[in-house]
Amino acid sequence: MFNKNNNKLLLCLTLFPGIAMADSLNQANTAWILTATALVLFMTIPGLSLFYAGLVRSKNVLSILMQCFAITCLVSILWLAGVYSFIFAEGGDLQQFIGGASKAFLPDLGTESLTGNIPESVYFMFQMTFAIITPALIVGAFAERMKFSAMLWFSGLWLCLVYMPICHWIWGGGWLTKLGVMDFAGGIVIHINAGIASLVAALVLGKRKGFPTTPMPPHNMTMVVTGAGMLWVGWYGFNAGSALTADGRAGMAMIVTHIGASCGALTWMFIEWKRFGKPSVLGIVTGMVAGLGTITPASGFVGPAGAMVIGVTAGTVCFFATQYVKRTLKIDDSLDVFPVHGIGGITGSLLTGVFAASNLGGLGLAEGVTISHQVGVQALAILVTILWSSLFSYLILKAVDLGIGLRVTVDEEVQGLDQVLHEETGYLDL
Amino acid sequence: MKLITAIIKPFKMDDVREALSEIGVAGVTATEVKGFGRQKGHTELYRGAEYVVDFLPKVKLEIAVADDVVDKAVKTIVDAANTGKIGDGKIFVTTLEQVIRIRTGETGEDAI
Repeated sequence: MFNKNNNKLLLCLTLFPGIAMADSLNQANTAWILTATALVLFMTIPGLSLFYAGLVRSKNVLSILMQCFAITCLVSILWLAGVYSFIFAEGGDLQQFIGGASKAFLPDLGTESLTGNIPESVYFMFQMTFAIITPALIVGAFAERMKFSAMLWFSGLWLCLVYMPICHWIWGGGWLTKLGVMDFAGGIVIHINAGIASLVAALVLGKRKGFPTTPMPPHNMTMVVTGAGMLWVGWYGFNAGSALTADGRAGMAMIVTHIGASCGALTWMFIEWKRFGKPSVLGIVTGMVAGLGTITPASGFVGPAGAMVIGVTAGTVCFFATQYVKRTLKIDDSLDVFPVHGIGGITGSLLTGVFAASNLGGLGLAEGVTISHQVGVQALAILVTILWSSLFSYLILKAVDLGIGLRVTVDEEVQGLDQVLHEETGYLDL
Repeated sequence: MKLITAIIKPFKMDDVREALSEIGVAGVTATEVKGFGRQKGHTELYRGAEYVVDFLPKVKLEIAVADDVVDKAVKTIVDAANTGKIGDGKIFVTTLEQVIRIRTGETGEDAI
């Protein structure tokens, strides 16, 4: 049965390549998106988990790993229960704002169901891995002081009230899709969204005890660099997978992703070298993450030269944003999620409108669209996301605080979340 | 009998151990410790945030010796552990009342 269909497909592809591409299964694309799905999950567990876990103090290492792991499980279930459906199923009269409920628990999913020319099951899984990493990014903002129960409530509600509508507007055929916003792999949907929520969470929860006078250096830099390396590798799936095809656009997305990361990393390293006298390991890996976050919205639209400009801009802007938020404003966004992902996402999403233009080496704007028009659309989408994400993140945090309280007590915070919340420790002393 | 307690730079531990072996000192206990003296600490910088690290890693050696060996042992340690730079460490010599070898029950200098 399978082979017979396979032969038919092959025949169709040979005779009518253009027509056959539309609605029949493309196995090359399917194979690549299956692979890319695994790569994007690899970014959260263990990539982001290790990156964040190394950055906190040893008494909180398990709490971070636990939060990322639990978010992965929780988001997966909510995704199946309806979040996927309300983003990607047809929403009828409300389609501009939200999708429909018809795909909740995937009642009609069979092995034959397709989205484009890949199985819907694969599309479902691929998109799910993006929904997983977004709330996991926010963990860095409230690290070392949030109750685990409050974190679960916040992450679940945030997925439904913030990620779900914004993702629908931009990727699910909502009103921003119709305006022509360009967000290839999630600069707005993921990085700005999570970055803004992080800033709000840091402000609502307040500083960790002792910040900024008590030293809170990373407890394991080896873990940080290991996690950062995994993020870079996983990001190939994130950006090149977002093409949803195994073709030249995916290849181009992979090149610009890599160049953006390299330029961001080197830029951050050289700025630190010049200002502080030494090129630091944490600096180079943070610059890499900034470069990756910033190139994300642009990855399927710009060329390698545009990627270099975006990467260097990312390293510079995110570096100074980090100094400003932490040193000048003294906001305890503990692992600098807002300055790296939020500011990086905003920078990249605006520059996408510029460097996508074919005369600047990009793959081209939509027909008849000028750079200024596209940048305007990008700015609108960014502004709407900032407003929605900050308002609802704030409301959710306040509601959870009223219900069960957001923070552990000061005593518990000093003792460390691993012992207090999980009755375990990351490292055994003799 | 005396107990020599020497706080030295970690990378000098092997040199000191070899030098002590050459003069016939048979036993040393080593512990990784942290502390500060005149050398003070150093600073570390993470994403622009500066942290002062007050306590520096050192190695503490404890050596029990007979009275007639003390001066030679101390000189050996000083020679081997000296780099001429600040932070080379210190040696404390204290009187030792009793030494017992657990396996045989020997006491005093026989047990050293």
